[in-house]
Amino acid sequence: MRRVLLFIPLVIFFALGVFLWRGLQLDPTHLPSALIDRPMPAFQLPSLYDESRQLSEVDLKGKPALLNVWATWCPSCKQEHAQLNRIKDAGYTVYGVNYKDERGKAKEWLRKYDDPYSLNVFDQAGTLGIDLGVYGAPETYVLDSQGVIRYKHVGVVDEKVWQQLRSIMDGLETGTDIQAGAQ
Amino acid sequence: MKRLITLLILLFPLTLQAAIDTYEFRDEETRKRFLVLTAELRCPKCQNQNLADSNSPIAEDLRGEVYRMLEKGESDTDIIDFMVVRYGEFVLYRPRLSSETYLLWYGPAALVVIGVVVVLLVTRRRRKNTGQVVESESSSGLDEAEQQRLKRLLDQDSDK
Repeated sequence: MRRVLLFIPLVIFFALGVFLWRGLQLDPTHLPSALIDRPMPAFQLPSLYDESRQLSEVDLKGKPALLNVWATWCPSCKQEHAQLNRIKDAGYTVYGVNYKDERGKAKEWLRKYDDPYSLNVFDQAGTLGIDLGVYGAPETYVLDSQGVIRYKHVGVVDEKVWQQLRSIMDGLETGTDIQAGAQ
Repeated sequence: MKRLITLLILLFPLTLQAAIDTYEFRDEETRKRFLVLTAELRCPKCQNQNLADSNSPIAEDLRGEVYRMLEKGESDTDIIDFMVVRYGEFVLYRPRLSSETYLLWYGPAALVVIGVVVVLLVTRRRRKNTGQVVESESSSGLDEAEQQRLKRLLDQDSDK
């Protein structure tokens, strides 16, 4: 019995080892979003194309959609743009938030690379970005038909990420609610 | 020529100014609160810097936000809640006390208590055993045959 007690430090060592080893595999830049399962924050911002047209969170309700935060100064946004166009072509709704950008440049970008967004919110000051907890473009959110944020992806949306987002969106559409959880 | 180069070298650092934004505070106390808040809030993008240290655009925006809220007369807890709602508990360099952070806050104290208890138990047992230990020192727990073998081995050693 005494001898068994001597193994306690070894056991503790292994437990700690496994714990720290798992910690090594974690991506520290991956933050769990605080906004999952919360409604889209209220905003009142102009449309990118039409300065006089005001958009708000109400305009984003109605059907499950992606909300993509992008800017022309963001190289990864260019990388994912083709994928967003494919998503639109597949019949899904994508909303765009042009984040801390210049109107002219943004319009030129959408003319040149195609516009996958069914609505373009122009967030020049980045206020909606702050309310959404954006810390680096591109970021993509999954909204359900009530305008509730169901999932958040930080970084480029590629085919693999899209498969994941699509399964969440399809779940929302058919009503079989997949709990996306905090990533 | 040499002089010119020296002059250029001396002038060069002046072009590398850090981006320091200037805020006008209405009083000294608000300024101090701003400094404390930006030191305790973490920049979500550049994770090992606080808002005060970081030059990233998001940190700049959030500093502006802190300033705006201070000027509006909001309390420190309001401002911290504002940040946590958007960026999660992660932005706090000093985590709040919750069921998730009990281990973090009380873990070290618990370890100290466990350590003290272990040391006390060990010393107490040893003190209780001292009498027996002295007694048993003469008999080393070896039987007759082993004793002799030990003696032989020791003698062998001293022969050398």
